[in-house]
Amino acid sequence: MNAPVDSKSLRAAEQFQLSAHQDDIAKGDVLLKVENVSLSFGGVKAISDISFDVRKGEIRAIIGPNGAGKTSMLNVINGFYHPQIGTITYRGQPRHAMRSTEAARQGISRTFQNIALFKGMSTLDNIMTGRITLQKRNVFWQALWHGPAMREDIEHRRAVEHIIDFLEIQAIRHTPVGRLPYGLQKRVELGRALAAEPALLLLDEPMAGMNLEEKEDMSRFILDVNDQFGTTIALIEHDMGVVMDISDRVVVLDYGRKIGDGTPDEVSKNQDVIDAYLGVPHDE
Amino acid sequence: MSPVVLNLIETILNGLMAGVMYSLVALGFVLIFKASGIFNFAQGVMALFAALTLVGLQTGQVPFAHLINAVLGTNLHSFGWTLPAFAAVIGTLLVMVLFAYLFEALVLKHLVNQEPIILFMATIGLAYFLEGFGDLMWGSDVKTMDVGIPSGGSFWWEDVTLGWVAEGSDYYGMYIDRLDVVAAVVAVVLVIVLTIFSQYTRMGRALRAVADDHQAALSVGISLRTIWVVVWSIAGFVALVAGIMWGSKSGVQFSLSLIALKALPVLILGGFTSIPGAIVGGLIIGVGEKLAEIYVGPMVGGAVENWFAYVVALAFLLFRPQGLFGERIIERV
Repeated sequence: MNAPVDSKSLRAAEQFQLSAHQDDIAKGDVLLKVENVSLSFGGVKAISDISFDVRKGEIRAIIGPNGAGKTSMLNVINGFYHPQIGTITYRGQPRHAMRSTEAARQGISRTFQNIALFKGMSTLDNIMTGRITLQKRNVFWQALWHGPAMREDIEHRRAVEHIIDFLEIQAIRHTPVGRLPYGLQKRVELGRALAAEPALLLLDEPMAGMNLEEKEDMSRFILDVNDQFGTTIALIEHDMGVVMDISDRVVVLDYGRKIGDGTPDEVSKNQDVIDAYLGVPHDE
Repeated sequence: MSPVVLNLIETILNGLMAGVMYSLVALGFVLIFKASGIFNFAQGVMALFAALTLVGLQTGQVPFAHLINAVLGTNLHSFGWTLPAFAAVIGTLLVMVLFAYLFEALVLKHLVNQEPIILFMATIGLAYFLEGFGDLMWGSDVKTMDVGIPSGGSFWWEDVTLGWVAEGSDYYGMYIDRLDVVAAVVAVVLVIVLTIFSQYTRMGRALRAVADDHQAALSVGISLRTIWVVVWSIAGFVALVAGIMWGSKSGVQFSLSLIALKALPVLILGGFTSIPGAIVGGLIIGVGEKLAEIYVGPMVGGAVENWFAYVVALAFLLFRPQGLFGERIIERV
């Protein structure tokens, strides 16, 4: 909806909050708990017996060498993969597996390693799709177009303008995202995930393939999201410098197993972790 | 104005009208192709089925009458009522939505993440099933459809155009079928409504999102199943509109399903992914074949209308495979 958004409401951006998925979990308590999760594809074990938790309000990093099962773990959390064994407890509700639409509705949103944006749609429309679960008017009202559904759309458009402002992508509002450079696409994808006002934000290698400046920008956005909106973030990242700088706690995977868990300091002193990263053979 | 010019104008006008009828069918194809990447072979049969159901409901025909009579030895044929056209249209629409729901639950759901060719084969199966099912349900006799759309030549227009030629010439005035005019208006309204729906509503955005990237769509909480039911319902609605127009024009008969073949060159011309393309493509094909029939036909012994569209489509495939408005296909190697 290309309705005008008055500038006054934009100036009030400081009061803008991502609070659609409120819960009564206190900051620092467990928001998501993964217990004894195992996932295999045919004979290939992607994840074996992994347990860890994500506490509300923290930035939790999942690291590990290539093929360690990081993305699989994220896919389990947001319901793309259904693990054979294990439980996932989200907001105190244990379940064996998530359904991806269900996960989205409960406030889990994510970005992808190889950007999965809607390439033919504009930046604005892409971010608007992030709010689909928050829009309530049914097909009947939308078919009428005018009236309640349109008013609702304008309201959501306003929230999206705040996100566009926040991510500093005003200039590319109407550009089809397929035409944007890689770094900006990553930012739009973050915008789409934020638009859902998530309780838990999953970022799959948010800085992959970026140059130093873009990485610095992205780190700043991630920290700001966590800081300003209190959003809990779980992220996968390869760049060790970045991980150690921005995350509160780190879980380390290798060959589908968990080999370390703790603060960046603890993890970087962990011998197993050092071995995994330096490539020490496993039978030694 | 000389009769030669008027004849040219008449040919073009009638070509445009015929083109609109092709566009109506092509629209259904485009909708499903855009939203799910499936080429729906059954679109023509869906139009036929919708038309059969509409006539059946309107005239109070008992569905499956032959089957029931054969099994139970009864002699049922009609409920003995006649529904107003409006009610019959609503009823048919509900049937098409139910059809979309069943097709999703029984077929599409089990084919998630399959290659487009598999889904295409499924729609071929659907086409044959629906044709047989329509036959079983409503009988195979040719029916006339009357939903109150005016038809036949417009005398008013004939008189107006008669006044344009010099007194004493043997010009009889221009022929325009009123049904075709209605069809043109309906097509325009349909395109506007569909465009607004897909551009400016949440469901429209969700449709475009699903068409673009399934996984990303799931991650923002779009349910693929809901979207598919909605898409096939809309395609069913467009099929109903096409069925009404074609049924009113040439009777509801099983050869109606073959109009899908005429939609193919329209799609190749306009591009499989463009709603305006379906319209413009239809108009170009319609005008082109009428002009070719009138002005080239006498030189080659006529019947140009039957193959002209396919030759144009072939030329397009050679030089502009994405059509006039389709998305450029760029393969990175």
